[in-house]
Amino acid sequence: MTADTQQQASPANAVVLQILMGVLALGALLATAFSPDPLFRLQGWIFLGAFVVACGVLTIGIANGQFQNDQGKYEDGVVRAGVIATLFWAAVGMLVGVVIASQLAWPRIFYFPDFGWLNFGRLRPLHTSGVVFAFGGNALLCTSFYVVQRTCRARLAGGLAPWFVFWGYQLFIALAAIGYLAGITEGREYAEPEWIADIWLTVVWVAYLLVFLGTIWKRKEPHIYVANWFYLAMIVTVAMLHIVNNISLPISFLNHKSYSAFAGVQDALTQWWYGHNAVGFFLTAGFLAIMYYFVPKRAERPVYSYRLSIVHFWSLIFIYIWAGPHHLHYTALPQWTQTLGMTFSVMLWMPSWGGMINGLMTLSGAWDKLRTDPVIRMMTVAIAFYGMSTFEGPLMSIRTVNALSHYTDWTIGHVHSGALGWVGFISFGAIYCLVPWLWKKERMYSNTLIEWHFWIATIGILLYIAAMWVSGIMEGLMWREYTPQGFLAYSFVETVAAKHIENVIRVIGGLMYLSGTLIMVVNVWKTIAMPSSVRQVESSGPAAALSAQA
Amino acid sequence: MSSLNYETVARFAQQGGTVYFGVMFLAAFVYALWPKHREAFQDLARLPLEDDEDDHVGA
Repeated sequence: MTADTQQQASPANAVVLQILMGVLALGALLATAFSPDPLFRLQGWIFLGAFVVACGVLTIGIANGQFQNDQGKYEDGVVRAGVIATLFWAAVGMLVGVVIASQLAWPRIFYFPDFGWLNFGRLRPLHTSGVVFAFGGNALLCTSFYVVQRTCRARLAGGLAPWFVFWGYQLFIALAAIGYLAGITEGREYAEPEWIADIWLTVVWVAYLLVFLGTIWKRKEPHIYVANWFYLAMIVTVAMLHIVNNISLPISFLNHKSYSAFAGVQDALTQWWYGHNAVGFFLTAGFLAIMYYFVPKRAERPVYSYRLSIVHFWSLIFIYIWAGPHHLHYTALPQWTQTLGMTFSVMLWMPSWGGMINGLMTLSGAWDKLRTDPVIRMMTVAIAFYGMSTFEGPLMSIRTVNALSHYTDWTIGHVHSGALGWVGFISFGAIYCLVPWLWKKERMYSNTLIEWHFWIATIGILLYIAAMWVSGIMEGLMWREYTPQGFLAYSFVETVAAKHIENVIRVIGGLMYLSGTLIMVVNVWKTIAMPSSVRQVESSGPAAALSAQA
Repeated sequence: MSSLNYETVARFAQQGGTVYFGVMFLAAFVYALWPKHREAFQDLARLPLEDDEDDHVGA
């Protein structure tokens, strides 16, 4: 590194980005002006607004000599922005979840015929994408940017590129979310955004990959730490999955609608190859990276077995990618392909539990922290849920079990034990670590509020998944019940009515989990507002916690 | 190019893929368990503990 690049002023980088934003704004303006399709114009306006704002901000920044790129310092600004975005989308995504759970329990609630976009069908993808891609995605984005810098001992590569990745990703979320409400959808689960949003995400994701690789490229630490392997596998695989599953042909270049290049069972298999690996690589590999960095860091203990982490990584990578066909048991998919998916799913027990053991045993020598530190407890419960849901998943992938569980609430419960228990808690744990580090505070504002968050959310998850097990197995049994004459014993609507109580419990569980998240938002807000040097006087007891909340 | 039909390509992909992935995984496994790497891995297990939360790039 020469002194010249050490203090490299990045305006060149910023000017290129500014020009690019200007050109894209012009393109969005023309496309919006000439399109006869109102939904395409809606997307055009969103693009136009974002590009114009970006261009303006860049112009002001360049004029004021901003965007210096000091190689002696880590780029933590984008990580701070990512933490705030993670919490914002967590609150929004989970709130929508509670709304649609209420709609399931009480069909007339929150439904106004004059506002069609409040329909369950419009809100449901808003919830799933909101929690998976907006909340989970931002958690991955900000933790990966933090971890790769620290473990490589190098500033993020690419000058303003990490900021482009961050804001570009938020633009994708806005396009997708507003699109769902307006009725723009491909109807592919977890891949609902239409072609123009897909292309934008591809651009952003490739920039993400280049920033990550560029940072690894200029690392001062000779070895690439295992967390970075997991992050990299997540980034590369998601790029591959996203591109292949979204190969489609738009009706015209000025129309929002497109149709998949695949048809029939090939289309279904491509979709679930994508869908299951979104779970495997986005929701598992990425969050395992968080585990491998933040658990040792918080417990102040080394990784239990680094060897095991390498075996964990490679076995997970080699096996996960084949598990998708278990989503298509008893369909037109050939039997051998179903069996292949099922076999690989069962094989996943081993790497999953190897990873769980590695995470839990990292606490050896620090078990007392489970009692004293709610953040450690939260991450430990996350790892326990990882173990639990990766046991449940292979079980449900077995064809005969799937015959009972498929299309029932059991699947919903399984997804939520993974999402709320594993993904949610490991992300919250990481953020509770990150906030004092990033804003230079000695600690979080209130440990008591973290305790409240932990217990309310944990009980919420347990209520949620227990209710879904009961209703799932009940409706699965009701669907396969025949009368002596050979007719189905129950009509579909009877099986829906039968699970009303479970649906109500699910709302309560979800509301508790959302409350925990809101408590965390308050705690983080108060921590950021705290003067950096002043120590917080520890409040005690639930009354103090509640008054601190208010 | 009559030999390049579906069966030939599929057989090559299936058998070649199995061998390729098997060897790759075995190589990673042997690398992880190689006795000479023990010490390096013990240091690496401590890597997250060595960096500090400050925003100055560490040595």
